[in-house]
Amino acid sequence: MTTEGSSNPPAKRREPEVPQAAVALPPEGIALAALLPEALADHGVEVGAAIDEVVCTVPADRLIDVCRLLKDEPSLKFEYLRLLTVVDYVEQVGEFEVVYHLFSLANHHKMVVKTRTAERRPSVPSVTSVWRGADWYEREMHDLFGVTFEGHHNLSPLVLPDDFDGFPGRKSYPLNDYEEW
Amino acid sequence: MTDPVATQIEDKFTYQASSEPGTVDMMVNMGPQHPATHGVFRMELRVDGEQIQDVVPHIGYLHRGSEKLCEHELYSQIITLFDRFDYVSNFNNELVIVSAVEKLMGVEPPPRAELIRIIMCEFNRIASHLLFYGTFAIDMGAITPVLYNFRDREKIQSLFESVSGARMMHNYFRVGGVKEDVKDDFTSRALALCDELERGVDETDKLLTENEIFVERTTGIGVISGEDALDWGLSGPVLRASGVPYDVRVDEPYSRYSELDFGIPVGSAGDCWDRFYLRILEARESLSIIRQAMALLEPGDTMAQIRRIARPPAGEVYAHCENPRGDLGVYIVSDGGERPYRLKVRPPSFCNLQALKDLTVGHYIADAVVILGTLDIVLGEVDR
Repeated sequence: MTTEGSSNPPAKRREPEVPQAAVALPPEGIALAALLPEALADHGVEVGAAIDEVVCTVPADRLIDVCRLLKDEPSLKFEYLRLLTVVDYVEQVGEFEVVYHLFSLANHHKMVVKTRTAERRPSVPSVTSVWRGADWYEREMHDLFGVTFEGHHNLSPLVLPDDFDGFPGRKSYPLNDYEEW
Repeated sequence: MTDPVATQIEDKFTYQASSEPGTVDMMVNMGPQHPATHGVFRMELRVDGEQIQDVVPHIGYLHRGSEKLCEHELYSQIITLFDRFDYVSNFNNELVIVSAVEKLMGVEPPPRAELIRIIMCEFNRIASHLLFYGTFAIDMGAITPVLYNFRDREKIQSLFESVSGARMMHNYFRVGGVKEDVKDDFTSRALALCDELERGVDETDKLLTENEIFVERTTGIGVISGEDALDWGLSGPVLRASGVPYDVRVDEPYSRYSELDFGIPVGSAGDCWDRFYLRILEARESLSIIRQAMALLEPGDTMAQIRRIARPPAGEVYAHCENPRGDLGVYIVSDGGERPYRLKVRPPSFCNLQALKDLTVGHYIADAVVILGTLDIVLGEVDR
């Protein structure tokens, strides 16, 4: 986290005196962090770290290229999508962050890919063409945060009722003070 | 918004109303209150005769917005919410959240607390698998095994009750340790229970595994290759049955699993029989883990010296553990406060259920029940 640089949303939000979690990459993580800048050279990728994971921030328009490369390149081979989620930083920087947790069984590497999208009409490309397992994650995130995943074959409501109004995952959605649907 | 597949099915119905000759597919609705869906889960099956052409799963009937709720609670209060995700393996769920906060704070729980956690989690894995054998047999019309399995599961629940005070929803693990030490008679009780469970698992094995009807119903049904399973993000017994040896306890050892010697059963065919038998083998491995952990158990503290109200540093963390259903993870973004800024769970049942369509298409309706049974979903965790 601390090595991620000044463009990281949480860093802007925090008061200076808030303690930061210490970064301690395992040996595999250090090897991966050394490998990534070269492998993803022409994609405008920033490589950092959070506690024990390598974090790589990608511009939304290069996301699919980067994900495909991460999956297909034999030295990386991230064939397993562990988690896909959205974090709401609208109050701080007016952006949503989409976070992908990847794992490579072959190389025993783990990493986090992040991309940002603006508050108005939030949209990122769908990674269902790379990992099919992203399907329901993206539908769920579309329900809860209203982020559109371009190229997803079916973004119909998954966890919410069909006629639900609003995006309950967002920070702006109240926890208790809402009308029953 | 309309579901395109559902619209497609409606179109089929209007077609049926016309007088043109020929066969048409039929839509069969299963759930949300069907005994074989193991909770409030609904699937629309498009069938040609009895053969399934398409499946549209509908989840969300149990969506409580738990992740949002977690973002408004103290870290110690979140543990109770995690109990309610996968409500048949509560200890495993608690372990994930406490280990995530510990990782964020850099806290090491005392060795005794770690071993107590492992013992509880492995007992819970057996309890969860016992429930699976029984309900899975019922799904196929075999009523007998569930009676034996529930008898054994109840013994585990009694042990849990003596340790945590509750049969389910224990709220026993804490950030930095466990609530209190186990009772004096715990060791003798747990070891005796291990022997009883061993007999119980053997009984189930004898009753089902090589039963001819059982084998006929499960072999070659719902096959998924290892490559597809990885692509869908499957985990746990469903992934390992397809020949992928991925187990968090071995691949990224947490707690004190690296000190213990145990095997990871791996299947080869990736069909329903493999997924069932793998769980029998896993329960035996769990018993071996419990016995080893009991041998390592030494007197000592059960709680690390930390603030009563955990206040982790700012940062983000992903921690995960091997749940009976698969790789359960939690992603926490902390802004340095007493409550997480963002909390997201990686629910293994949710990922496993996604592959349902791939598994069921081409099989008969009765097989869909069997396939859903082997995925062993818990809807509390799918919907959260």
